[in-house]
Amino acid sequence: MTAVLTRSTFRHGVHPPEQKDETSHLAIRRFPFAPVLVVPLNQHLGKPAVSTVREGEEVVRGQTIGKPDGFMSVAMHAPASGLVRRITLAPSAGGSMVESVFIEPHPAASQEVDDGEPCDVETASSEEIVAAIQQAGIVGLGGAAFPTHVKLRPPEGKEFDTLLINGVECEPYLTTDHRVMLEQTADIFMGVRYLLKATGAPKAIIAVEANKRDAVQKLERALPEDLPLEVAVCPVKYPQGAEKMVIKALLGREVPSGGLPADVGTICINVATTAEIGRLLPHGRGIQERVITIGGPAIRHKGNYRIPIGTTVRFALETTGVTGDLSRVFLGGPMMGPAVSNLDVPITKGTSGITAFTTNEISKATGHREIYPCIRCARCVEACPLYLNPSHLGLLAKNEQYPEMAEDFNLMDCFECGACSYVCPSHIPLVQYFRLAKKMVRKLEATA
Amino acid sequence: MSRMSRYLEIGSSPHVTSGASVDVIMRNVVYALLPVCAFAIYSFGAAAALVLVTATLSCVATEQVLCRLLSRPSTVGDWSVTITGILYGLTLPPDLPLWMVAVGGVFAVAVGKFLFGGLGSNAFNPALVGRAFLQAAFPQAMTHWAAPLGDARFMDLPQSTLALPFVEPGYDAVTTATPLALMKFEGIQAANQELMYGLTAGSTGETCAVLIALGGLYLVARNMMNWRTPISILTTVAILTLLMNWLEPGDYPRPAFMLFSGGLMLGAVYMATDMVASPITNAGCWLYGALIGLLVVVIRFWGGMPEGVMYAILLANAVSPHIDRLIQPRVFGTRGGKT
Repeated sequence: MTAVLTRSTFRHGVHPPEQKDETSHLAIRRFPFAPVLVVPLNQHLGKPAVSTVREGEEVVRGQTIGKPDGFMSVAMHAPASGLVRRITLAPSAGGSMVESVFIEPHPAASQEVDDGEPCDVETASSEEIVAAIQQAGIVGLGGAAFPTHVKLRPPEGKEFDTLLINGVECEPYLTTDHRVMLEQTADIFMGVRYLLKATGAPKAIIAVEANKRDAVQKLERALPEDLPLEVAVCPVKYPQGAEKMVIKALLGREVPSGGLPADVGTICINVATTAEIGRLLPHGRGIQERVITIGGPAIRHKGNYRIPIGTTVRFALETTGVTGDLSRVFLGGPMMGPAVSNLDVPITKGTSGITAFTTNEISKATGHREIYPCIRCARCVEACPLYLNPSHLGLLAKNEQYPEMAEDFNLMDCFECGACSYVCPSHIPLVQYFRLAKKMVRKLEATA
Repeated sequence: MSRMSRYLEIGSSPHVTSGASVDVIMRNVVYALLPVCAFAIYSFGAAAALVLVTATLSCVATEQVLCRLLSRPSTVGDWSVTITGILYGLTLPPDLPLWMVAVGGVFAVAVGKFLFGGLGSNAFNPALVGRAFLQAAFPQAMTHWAAPLGDARFMDLPQSTLALPFVEPGYDAVTTATPLALMKFEGIQAANQELMYGLTAGSTGETCAVLIALGGLYLVARNMMNWRTPISILTTVAILTLLMNWLEPGDYPRPAFMLFSGGLMLGAVYMATDMVASPITNAGCWLYGALIGLLVVVIRFWGGMPEGVMYAILLANAVSPHIDRLIQPRVFGTRGGKT
């Protein structure tokens, strides 16, 4: 099959500088083990895993150290062979304290992983694949960290007509999905086979933005004859990697407000998640590491690294080295990535990168700018991919009219892509207001 | 690793921005207006230059003084008041006494802008508020037009320019009627070319349609103006004029005359597009523009005055918040309206 050169994209959106050239050509390299790995038991949305190891116990790399607690939960695996030093509360990137397993890898511990019980794509049933994906601890690696197995089966009375593989990677600086598409092409195809079988979808489309031409070529050239997969190229635009946007771009369908992709007959899986499924399931292994981009002007040895889960940001930055005056470190890209206040937080399954800025970038971009009143220039209205009215929502937020924002102006649809704040010439912290407003609305709903 | 032991700065994403800034947008509007000012001075001479300078200075000074009086940081640096000043100056007759210019400038900023809460809160275009005030206060002086391209326009000032406050201004002999007044009261239509290049009597800036359109194109190209508003206004005026011509041939002017005469171009491109006082959605801008176009045609054809752009825009400004309430963007994944 040949690539469909789609001209289609979603409406609105913004064009931040892509900043991918410095790492997109760098092959994925293995990261060394840190002296201590901090593995949180809830790296995913839903219920935390239940620890199956005790303090002082020896663990082997790849061994299950946490079992899923119900359906909305996934398994955890030891990222290295070593000693469980303690199981206690540790700071997470989100700021809260979460129960975590501290593992001290043995010096010179092997990176080899033992195989578990394999899941054969030819013979396994749909349910068996779903169970294997949960046991492998797989969650959305694009950043959402939603347990993948939960969304694989269509809800009662619905079916999937298309499986979408999301290789858009629209965040500036991040090049992990790009490298995975180049280097793990076969894993992706294998993952697609598992996913097609699990979801019952008759065909799949993989979406790639036009700034990753080499990945498109690689995918096209290597595509097996018997795999019903199309490669679609989308024009570069942020936030095209958001689930609703990629569905709109490729299929022209709008996921209903408050609804799921299943409501429009589709399911969207990140390309790195797909590659992990294809890489791990045939060997019955679980996720002990992931690919991240460590980049940004403050990083000395920028690159794409396969890094053990639980590596602290501090160890990662010490290993790659920092230059200049490090000022702000955030997980993921600069549009949506949360800044860390504490370098001892670990890399988890949902972390797609570490980006580090110096004071120079920060002052250039966001530092000490005068905030003007809203002049109703409508740039935010033209940027919002969900066609909200950020200008008006901003005024309401300033007056703390949170319930009105939710009821009359669809606040809760906002997925915090930050396009409004990015374009605002008055430098009004719109998305920052909306994050707060959403929290307040949830709080009000919980107490009501 | 000593570098990493220092404090980390925390900030909520996005950590990058487009670099757009209100003062940059406003400054570009000023740039776009400069050719129009230059042509006004070429056409009407030193008097027009003095009117424009006085208008701008009175507006800027008023903003500065009011900020000081209200103990607020000065907002002159956002350049919005400079636009108000220049636009206000461009709406005035070139031989208007300068003291009147200054009084109107103070009114435009103090009442048109500050009384409503300053930048971002002004319900009406402040420049037009200033002009409307003068129109009501000094109806005679505001309808007294000098002919363009007078021989001595750079050497001599009209007597009226330096008239003392509250003294009946004396006028020189060389005055004329605007094309719209000629049309309305005597049924004479000026030639298209004269109107396009602005070689007719009128306010300082309501003359050269070509330069106004070029300035507008520059702002549209830089994403600093919503083109839908002026296009909607001009299209509505053209269509309604064609319609009247078709219904009663001979009684109404041709569409080109309507488009290029009076303040329509200046108003459509620079005044109606005041972001603060116009709707925020594109659909809203179409409706708002159509409303202005309709009002312009109604006032010009059937009203008592030859020109109606100012009142058309001010009235539409008043309706703009209601248009915004009526037309909201259709939220993704909904059919529109409440979900």
